[in-house]
Amino acid sequence: MKSDLLKFTQKGIYCEAADVYIDPWKPVPRALITHGHADHSRWGSKAYLATDIAAPVIKYRLGDINMETVKFGEERKINGVKFSFHPAGHILGSAQIRVEYKGEIWVASGDYKLEDDGLAKPFEPVRCHTFITESTFGLPVYDWKPQEEIFAAINAWWRQNAADGKITFITGYSLGKAQRILRGLDTSIGNIYTHGAVENINEVIRSQGVSLPDTTRITRETDKKLFPGNLILAPPSALNAAWMKKFKPVSIGIASGWMTLRGPRRRKAADRGFALSDHVDWKDLNKAIAMTEATRVIVTHGYSSIFSKYLNEKGIQASIENTEYEGELAEVNENAEENKVDQSTGE
Amino acid sequence: MKNFANLFTRLDQTTKTLVKVAALVEYFEKVDDVDRLWAMGILSHRRPKRTVKTSLLREWAAEIAKVPLWLFEDSYRIVGDLAETIALVLPPPVKALDHSLAYWIEEIKSLGGLTDEEKKERVLNAWSGLTRDERFLYNKLITGGFRVGVSQKLMMRALSQYSGQEESAIAHRLMGNWTPDNTTYADLILAENPLDDISKPYPFYLAYAVDGSPESLGDPAEWQIERKWDGIRGQVIVRGGELFVWSRGEELVTDKFPEYHPLATLLPDGTVLDGEILPFADGKPLSFNVLQTRIGRKNVTKKILESAPVSLMVYDILEFAGEDIRKKSMAVRRQILVDLITNLPPNDIILLSETLEFDTWEAAAAERENSRLHLSEGFMLKRKNSEYQIGRKKGDWWKWKVDPLTIDAVMIYAQQGSGRRANLYTDYTFAVWDDDKLVPFTKAYSGLTDAEFRQITSWVRKNTLERFGPVRSVKPAHVFEIAFEGINKSTRHKSGVALRFPRMLRWRKDKPIKEANTLEDLQGMLAVYG
Repeated sequence: MKSDLLKFTQKGIYCEAADVYIDPWKPVPRALITHGHADHSRWGSKAYLATDIAAPVIKYRLGDINMETVKFGEERKINGVKFSFHPAGHILGSAQIRVEYKGEIWVASGDYKLEDDGLAKPFEPVRCHTFITESTFGLPVYDWKPQEEIFAAINAWWRQNAADGKITFITGYSLGKAQRILRGLDTSIGNIYTHGAVENINEVIRSQGVSLPDTTRITRETDKKLFPGNLILAPPSALNAAWMKKFKPVSIGIASGWMTLRGPRRRKAADRGFALSDHVDWKDLNKAIAMTEATRVIVTHGYSSIFSKYLNEKGIQASIENTEYEGELAEVNENAEENKVDQSTGE
Repeated sequence: MKNFANLFTRLDQTTKTLVKVAALVEYFEKVDDVDRLWAMGILSHRRPKRTVKTSLLREWAAEIAKVPLWLFEDSYRIVGDLAETIALVLPPPVKALDHSLAYWIEEIKSLGGLTDEEKKERVLNAWSGLTRDERFLYNKLITGGFRVGVSQKLMMRALSQYSGQEESAIAHRLMGNWTPDNTTYADLILAENPLDDISKPYPFYLAYAVDGSPESLGDPAEWQIERKWDGIRGQVIVRGGELFVWSRGEELVTDKFPEYHPLATLLPDGTVLDGEILPFADGKPLSFNVLQTRIGRKNVTKKILESAPVSLMVYDILEFAGEDIRKKSMAVRRQILVDLITNLPPNDIILLSETLEFDTWEAAAAERENSRLHLSEGFMLKRKNSEYQIGRKKGDWWKWKVDPLTIDAVMIYAQQGSGRRANLYTDYTFAVWDDDKLVPFTKAYSGLTDAEFRQITSWVRKNTLERFGPVRSVKPAHVFEIAFEGINKSTRHKSGVALRFPRMLRWRKDKPIKEANTLEDLQGMLAVYG
C-alpha cells in the first residue's frame, strides 16, 4: 500500500512529499493555513502561507510572522507537490487546501459552510480522491434555517428590547460570526456598540475594503446611558466576564449552531438562542461530500465516529483522525484559546 | 396548539420569574376552560396515559427522516430528549393543522385502542402538519417528561393572578388526585368548598437547612427540637371514615402501606397528621435502604411487608376534629398531638417523635453528633410559636443535619449528561485504591459549577482512554471529595458498598491520585455506619 499524501502527526496534517503542514497545532518550519480561527492558525511556525484575504487577520492575531499569500485558485508547487487554495465559505478568506501529487488529489477543507453569507467567498466544491472534513454538526438534528429567517428573528428581538427600553446584548465569535451578524442587523432600530475584541477584527476587515455597518467601540469613557435601546455585539467569552455587568437592563442572545438544542440553550441561561452557524449542517455536510466525488473521507473534529460510521454504511470509505481542532465547540464551552485572544485585545 | 407552543417558547426563553408568570397569565386569559385546565395539568405533571410505545416513535421518525435507526438513536443520546430529537430530524411540515391543545390531547388519547399501523398513520399525519415547536410539544404529550422550568409555585402565582384567588387557596385546590379528565376548571378552581374532596392534603411546610450554627436562632428554649428521621415525609388523613396517605411528592400512597390501614378507625374522624413513613422494627428505625426496596413496587407482597416493615413517626397535627388548626402555634399543636397519640389504644403503627431539651446550642450540637447512631439525619428545629406554613419558608423551621460522610476518590469514567447538560461530561464514576488497583464504588453527577463541568468536559475529550458507547474511561488524574449520607453493604457492586446521596463536594486539585482513599477506608466506614 502506498503511503498517504497527507498524514496526521503530533504536530498537524503533514505532507511528507513537500515537507509542509496544514493548520498545524505545534510550531513547524512551514505552515499552510486555511483560516484565521485560533484552533487553525497557531503561533510559532517559521513560515506561513494563506490566502491574501485571510492574511490580514492572521497577521493581526499572530503578530510579526513570516507570511506569504496566494490568491484563490492560484497554484503553488513545493517539491513537485501542487497546492492551491479554494473558497470554503466559512469566514472571510477561509480556504480549503487542495493538494495534488502524482495524479492523486487530496483536499483539506478546514471549516466550511455552503450557505452564502455575503462575506466569505462561497464554498466551491473541489473534486478529489480524499476529502478531509470536519463534522462539527454532523448529526441529522442540525438543520439550519435560512439566515434571512434567523436575522429576522434577531431584529424582531432587538426591536422588542428597544421598545422595552432594554439593551440588546448578542454574542458571536469576534472573527466571522460577529461580522456576519453585523451585516444582518437592521440598523434602523438603533446603534451598534462593540466589544474591543470584535471591533479590533472589524477594523482589520474594514481596512480590506469590506463594508460593515457603523459601530462604536465601547471604552471606559462610553456613557452608560447611551446603551438602552441599542445593541451590543461581543464575543461569547464576554458573557462570563465582569465587563458585561454594567449593561442593564439587558436581554442576552447567543448566536451559535449549538443553540439548536434546548439543553445548551437552557444551560447558557441566555434569554434567546439563535441557531446561526458558520459550519455545515447535516444536509450540507452530506451534499458537500457528494460534490467532491471523493471515495475516501477523513473526519476530523465533531461527531466524527458517528459520521464516519454513517459514511461507511453509504459506501464511502471513511475514517477518523484526531486533531486539536474544535469547530464551533469553543463557542459554548469557552475555549481557553479564544479567551486569551479576547482578553489580550479586549478592553 | 399554537397558543400553547407560544407559551412554551416564552417560558423556555427566559429565566426571569416575572416574565414567566406574565406569559402564563396571558395564556390563561387567551384560552378556554378546557385548554386552561389541560395546561395546568401538564405543568403539574398530570399527563394523559402513554398510548404509543416510544420504540415505535423512534422507528417512524428515523424512517421519515431517511436516516438509519442507529443514527437516530445516537442523535437521541446526544440531544438527550426523545421528543426534541424527533422534532428536529423530521422534514419541514407540508401543511398546517391548527387545533387546540385539548384537541391534540384527545387525539393522542384516542390512539390507545388502535393497531400500530393505524397509530402510525395518525402520528405521521400530525407530524406533517405541525411546526417544529408544535411537534416537540405533541411528542412530549405522548412521551411525557415535561420539564418546562415552571415550578408549581410559579403556576400557582399565575393562576392566582388570573383567577383573583389567594395563592394558598389555589395551592390547596391543586393538590390531590385530580386530573383534567375527572374535573373541570370550574369545579377545581371556582367551586365553593375545596374540602368537599375529603382526600385533599394540606401543602407541606418545608424547612431550610441551618446556615452554619444555630446560635443566631436565639434561646434554645423557644425551639422544639426533634430528631430528623430518615424516611419519607407523609401526611395521613382520616376523614369520613376513610384513610388517605400522601407522600411529599403529592402522591397518594395509601395502597402502598397496608400497615396504616387500621388508622382509619384508630384515629378520630377529621384528623390530619404530618409525619415520617419510617422503616421500623423491634423498637428502632431501620436504614432508609430497607424502605427503598418497597418504593416503586406495584404490589406490596407479604414478603416485602416482613422484610421492610414501616411505622408512622408523627410530629405534627394539621387538622383536629375536622378543624384546620395550622394557624395555631407549634406548641399548641404539639400538645393536641401528644394528647391524641397517648390516648390511642395500644398499637404498633403510630409513634410520637420525641422532643429534646437543651439549655445551650453547644449541648444540642454535642447530642446531634450521635444522630447516626439513632439512624437519624440530625435535628429539626421548630419555633414553638410558629404556624404551619405552606411550602419552603425561612425563619420558623430549620433542618440541622449532621455533616455528610466524605471520601476522596479518583474519577475513572465520564458520561455526558442529558437535557440541560447535554454535550457536557457531567456523570462520573469514582474509584478508591485496593492496593495498586482502582476499584469503582460510586457514581456522582452533582455538586460542581457549570464552569468546572466545562473544564472537565474539555479535559475528558483530550484524555479519553476507551469508549464504551456513551461512557468514556479516562486517565486517572483527578481527585474529588465525595460526600454521602449513608453507606450500606451491597452485593451488586464490585466494591461491596452502596452510598446514599453521593455527590461531589469539592474538586481536590491539590491532591495527587495516590493520596485518594482506599477500599479499606470505605470498609471501615461501613463497619461503623452501615
